[in-house]
Amino acid sequence: MGAVRIAKSDHDQIEYVIGSNGHSADALISILQDIQAELHYLPEEALRHVAKRLNLPLIQVYGVATFFKAFSLKPKGRHQCTVCMGTACHVRGAGRVLEELERKLNIKAGNTTDDMEYSLDTVNCVGACALGPMVIIDGEYLGIMNAAKVKNVLKAHGAKAARSGQRKG
Amino acid sequence: MKEVVVGLASCGIAAGGIQVYNKFSELLDAEKDETALKQTGCYGMCFREALVEIIEDSKRRTLYGQVTPERVERIVNEHLRGGKVIEEWIVKEEGQFLAKQKRIVLHNCGKIDPLDIGDYLASGGYQALKKVLSEMAPEQVIAEVARSGLRGRGGGGFPTGRKWESCRNAPSRNGTRYVICNADEGDPGAYMDRSLLEGNPHSVIEGMIIGAYAIGSSQGYVYVRHEYPLAVKNLGVALEQARARGLLGKNILGSNFSFDVKISRGGGAFICGESTALMASLEGKIGEPRPKHIHTTEKGFHGKPTNLNNVETWANVPLIINRGAAWFSSIGTERSKGTKIFSLVGKINNTGLVEVPMGITLREIIYEIGGGIPSGKKFKAVQTGGPSGGCIPERLIDLPVDFDRLTEVGSMMGSGGMIVMDEATCMVDIAKYFVKFLTEESCGKCVPCREGLDRMLDILTDIAGGRGREGDIELLEELGYAIRDTSLCALGGSAPNPVLSTINYFRDEYEAHINERRCPAGVCKELITFTIDKEKCNGCGLCAKNCPQQSITGKKKEAHVIDQTTCIKCGLCRDNCKFDAVVVS
Ligand SMILES: Cc1cc2nc3c(=O)[nH]c(=O)nc-3n(C[C@H](O)[C@H](O)[C@H](O)COP(=O)(O)O)c2cc1C
Ligand code: SF4
Ligand code: FES
Repeated sequence: MGAVRIAKSDHDQIEYVIGSNGHSADALISILQDIQAELHYLPEEALRHVAKRLNLPLIQVYGVATFFKAFSLKPKGRHQCTVCMGTACHVRGAGRVLEELERKLNIKAGNTTDDMEYSLDTVNCVGACALGPMVIIDGEYLGIMNAAKVKNVLKAHGAKAARSGQRKG
Repeated sequence: MKEVVVGLASCGIAAGGIQVYNKFSELLDAEKDETALKQTGCYGMCFREALVEIIEDSKRRTLYGQVTPERVERIVNEHLRGGKVIEEWIVKEEGQFLAKQKRIVLHNCGKIDPLDIGDYLASGGYQALKKVLSEMAPEQVIAEVARSGLRGRGGGGFPTGRKWESCRNAPSRNGTRYVICNADEGDPGAYMDRSLLEGNPHSVIEGMIIGAYAIGSSQGYVYVRHEYPLAVKNLGVALEQARARGLLGKNILGSNFSFDVKISRGGGAFICGESTALMASLEGKIGEPRPKHIHTTEKGFHGKPTNLNNVETWANVPLIINRGAAWFSSIGTERSKGTKIFSLVGKINNTGLVEVPMGITLREIIYEIGGGIPSGKKFKAVQTGGPSGGCIPERLIDLPVDFDRLTEVGSMMGSGGMIVMDEATCMVDIAKYFVKFLTEESCGKCVPCREGLDRMLDILTDIAGGRGREGDIELLEELGYAIRDTSLCALGGSAPNPVLSTINYFRDEYEAHINERRCPAGVCKELITFTIDKEKCNGCGLCAKNCPQQSITGKKKEAHVIDQTTCIKCGLCRDNCKFDAVVVS
């Protein structure tokens, strides 16, 4: 996917991020995090640029970018849906909530819908175990979830998928 | 004068705390109502969030639970303006929840405003640092911490004083030494470290400054998970405020000791909680552990002597200095001193963060503090130690909780996750859950962990799927011992614990899955069936409407039936049924 070229403004942003982290190899993870926060993923060009500016082998930058779950090399959807799979949520049935989201959005966890509307990911414990199972959509915490609530939750978030992609299999 | 204090830690925010805070701010007139609006961290009673405390004349206090923006109006009108307490919204469990706790580390959490250093100072904050800098030599500090018996709260339980001493004594050519705070908190069921950083960041910072002075370090790091944005923010604010007051930076409090702290956000990997992997990651490298023939206290971050302690360990330090080693070691058991914070979660009524003296029994935690199991279900087991720990069965419920006793029964203290399980929790499923987590988190550097865990997961998946074979249990045990004994780091070394402990205590459940193709708890999808109870079903049709497979048929107002050949066991029918008519067997 190296074909995607990043915009000039994004390029400036990356340059700014590198500068504000002091051009240091120690700050590699912080730099990648800041870029990820800005662009919601790490384009290949960004990785190459960071490697050049920090004077690091590209393999180290790529290695770090693929080792940590915080990073994505694929562009993310407009809406971010995250399911807590921490132990407390698991014993309260988070697995079935995730499966239902996968069915409704018609993607597996870790992926983005073709129309780039939704990205579905899992996370471990967001510290709200008392309200588990937890789902977070675009920063909004939705507690005491179950599979049956998924439909309305997606609807509330304007999911086209809730209407079109449900009869499958 | 009145104060309204809203809990705005992660749990409070998840329960709508910000909306509650905004509503108060909209309705209250600071002068006319003579009321100050404040925020605080987690008070531990996450099951009653959003929490609001009203303090009148600095003493009379009322704690309201499950406050919503709609309820705020009544609190303002009746209580704040009318002087009448709203009895039915008061958190009634508070007394029971707190009675057996000993909140010393969490003392200020849920009381002070973490974003205002003034609050921490007013509660005696940074007094320990003053004492250390003005009247104690570094060696005396180390001796005091050693005498207190404090052991690391990050999982291993290594004596803190001893670690500090070896770091101080390790040779460093240019004198550089580092101290690091481990806030990676990888256990997927634990959140005490986050709560401390969110609710009382200065206690951790103060502990680190004292430690740095004792060890002879001028640079510290906090390695914190990127998934903890609020902890990162509150910690950052606290560091700024400490700098502005001369508590960090050059010549702290006029002494000739200088020290500062940087925040480093982790990339979200469980293995980065391991000391050598954490340091590799801090250097901008992949978080892979290295063999520990040479300890990190001698050669750690950038090859320099480095002292790593957990968040909770650091937060204990100012207490020990202030109140003395003798006081600290009067709490707890023979070899485990002080308190431990647990996140009490899962199938338990009072879900939250609890701080208890070492040596308290599981029964006291679960039944007295935790208020028992919800929905009249039966208690089955409690899991401690996270993915490195094990499940402790009901018959050991009177076990006193400390480092050594938990290890003796095949579990461990870990970072303090305590997941309560009832009869509807399947032990094979739990073992599978942790092994799956660990296969994803194994760094892949060494064979036993990388390949062995994959193989264990295959076997567990087969057992849970009704394809288990005779001999599988023995094979799991054999694999478990091999992985435990031959892995490079402690992730692999402890990874088989969840499997070995469940086999040890719940072998019959494994056997039911293998021999009878039955999941006694009704969890493993491939071994259960969903049916509709004819007596209870009134034919509302909600289940049929929601079934993704269109497997449910029936006339309106008549009992419905599920077609077992097309049912995918997603459970939507059960979640939707308002009459509990869907039965799992
Ligand atoms: C796989 C693995 C994960 C760990 N995760 C953490 C963690 O999240 N937080 C932590 O404080 N310690 C963690 N530890 C323990 C640390 O390696 C280290 O022992 C600890 O931070 C030392 O601090 P303490 O002496 O204050 O406990 C982990 C260890 C292993 C092997
Ligand atoms: S035991 Fe596992 S996590 Fe530890 S070094 Fe080996 S592969 Fe990596
Ligand atoms: S396990 Fe999901 S919020 Fe803690």
